[in-house]
Amino acid sequence: MSGPCGNSKVEDLSEDERLLVTDMPELAVLLHSRRDFLVHTAAGSLGVFAADLLATEQALAQVEFPAHAASAPVTGQHVVQVTFNLNGGSQTMNVDPRVVLVDALREGLALTGTKKGCDQGQCGACTVLVDGQRVLSCLTLTAGLEGRSVTTIEGIAQEDQLHPVQAAFIKHDAFQCGYCTPGQICSAVGMLAEAQRGHVSHVTENVAIPASRLSDDEIRERMSGNICRCGAYPGIVAAVQEVHSGRRAAQLWEFAPQTRFASATKETGHETV
Amino acid sequence: MRPFEYVRVDNTSSLADLTAITSNAKFMAGGTNLLDLMKEDVERPARVVDISGLPLKQIQRIHSGLSLGALATNTETANHPLVRENYPLLTQAILAGASGQLRNMATNGGNLLQRTRCNYFYDTAMPCNKRDPGSGCGAREGLNKIHAIFGWSESCVATYPGDMANALHALNAIVRLREPNGGERQVPIADFHRLPGETPEQDTNLRQGELIVAIKLPVSAAAFSGHSYYLKVRDRASYAFAMVAVAAALDIDGDTIRQARVVLGSVAHMPWRAVETEAILVGQRLDPALFQRASLAAFQNARPLKHNAYKVELGQRAVARALMRAAHFA
Repeated sequence: MSGPCGNSKVEDLSEDERLLVTDMPELAVLLHSRRDFLVHTAAGSLGVFAADLLATEQALAQVEFPAHAASAPVTGQHVVQVTFNLNGGSQTMNVDPRVVLVDALREGLALTGTKKGCDQGQCGACTVLVDGQRVLSCLTLTAGLEGRSVTTIEGIAQEDQLHPVQAAFIKHDAFQCGYCTPGQICSAVGMLAEAQRGHVSHVTENVAIPASRLSDDEIRERMSGNICRCGAYPGIVAAVQEVHSGRRAAQLWEFAPQTRFASATKETGHETV
Repeated sequence: MRPFEYVRVDNTSSLADLTAITSNAKFMAGGTNLLDLMKEDVERPARVVDISGLPLKQIQRIHSGLSLGALATNTETANHPLVRENYPLLTQAILAGASGQLRNMATNGGNLLQRTRCNYFYDTAMPCNKRDPGSGCGAREGLNKIHAIFGWSESCVATYPGDMANALHALNAIVRLREPNGGERQVPIADFHRLPGETPEQDTNLRQGELIVAIKLPVSAAAFSGHSYYLKVRDRASYAFAMVAVAAALDIDGDTIRQARVVLGSVAHMPWRAVETEAILVGQRLDPALFQRASLAAFQNARPLKHNAYKVELGQRAVARALMRAAHFA
């Protein structure tokens, strides 16, 4: 293997990569041009990583951005024109069928509120609403959205008015780093609508009877598809429970007043803390 | 992901076009398993036929019972009033699987066709006869904690991880298939999935080009509605595959067991019916000691691997507990 800045030659490729190039000759140029990055990042499993990265990159390169959509010809069976409703407006895209919704939103439409976590349906960070149902945008083909209605975290609020779930997440400190939060909120919005329709869950004692009031255990079970590595679960459950039950719960935190900042600065002897 | 040709079929007239499906094409409905496997470079279809627009979503009463459309989602099916009242075991099983988001996407037909799989199947750096026939089995002498204790072969020790199909086995469901020539074929659920033998690349007995159109639940299986329970034992309380799952269903006359169904999940390449347990239960009076005895019988022919012998005792206890819950003793 040549150094990070060396000139790439065919013999620089790993066995996996050589096989890849045999299968997909169009990858050869990209494989070589991406050499530096690959050497730095994936010494252990180069071929698999390269396949995933480059396929994604290639696929995204073929996404026609909306501004060009009207004049862009559909070049063949590997590009699909799709029109769907996005946060209340009509959206037409020409997409490589490999592009999943989370990538179309983030890379194609600059809607970066939806987060890409595991990219394999295990974490819930990419949750959005399609026709009002919470789904995983990492496992949703954009090409399959013809005529559907997509709501992302950017479309949850009513103009300047936060959605009650958003407001409750702030009130109950239901996040730390915030990365899972858009998915948590979209999931909670979808879940509360399911509960209103009487949906039952794995922890419902008698599934023959529609569920009405959700216990905290019910909320935990129904939100189990959204992982929070900061462990903000108590705040998330409290926030969702307040919106669901309508029972106002006390806010357990407040912004520090200026006097508190001043005394903290004095105590530590630093200009800022 | 490798390039593929995307084809969308939206109505029954375009069903005729499906006959043109080649061996390297896949139907896609919810896509939750197929798309994931395509991202991992395990599934490599040249053509994806999106069938999600086909009119196969109805859940309706039919003469012989209840018909579940192949494209009804898992959420819609689990929460349908006729399912919850007459086949609560199915509701419980579906809701024990995956997450709310995935159940909103996943369809009944797709759930049946999720791959029987293990971590060696997913890891393209490892040998796997199911993914790459003839390459060997990484799990046979590898880390096989989650693998089969029944019905495995030297070729494959993977387990079928689904929950819905375990309940469908207990309820004697029938799978309705559309053949490529437009004809129809019906397959009892017991004959739908298969053991690995020498051809683990085949999870089911579905033939090339066949499409699941519906799953039928017989009227007779509603006899279990008052005494059934789905128990799933897993590493965490929710959103994980089972180490052992049990679908238990009793048809009770007074305090005597008229019929019994006990189906084990995550112990074999397909849902595994515990016929020995059922035979001990039938004709007997409800009794916790009977459930204990019957639960042991389910595992008398188990063949655990190096790392999964725990499944025998765990499974015995799970069967006994599921029967206790089904009988309302616990």
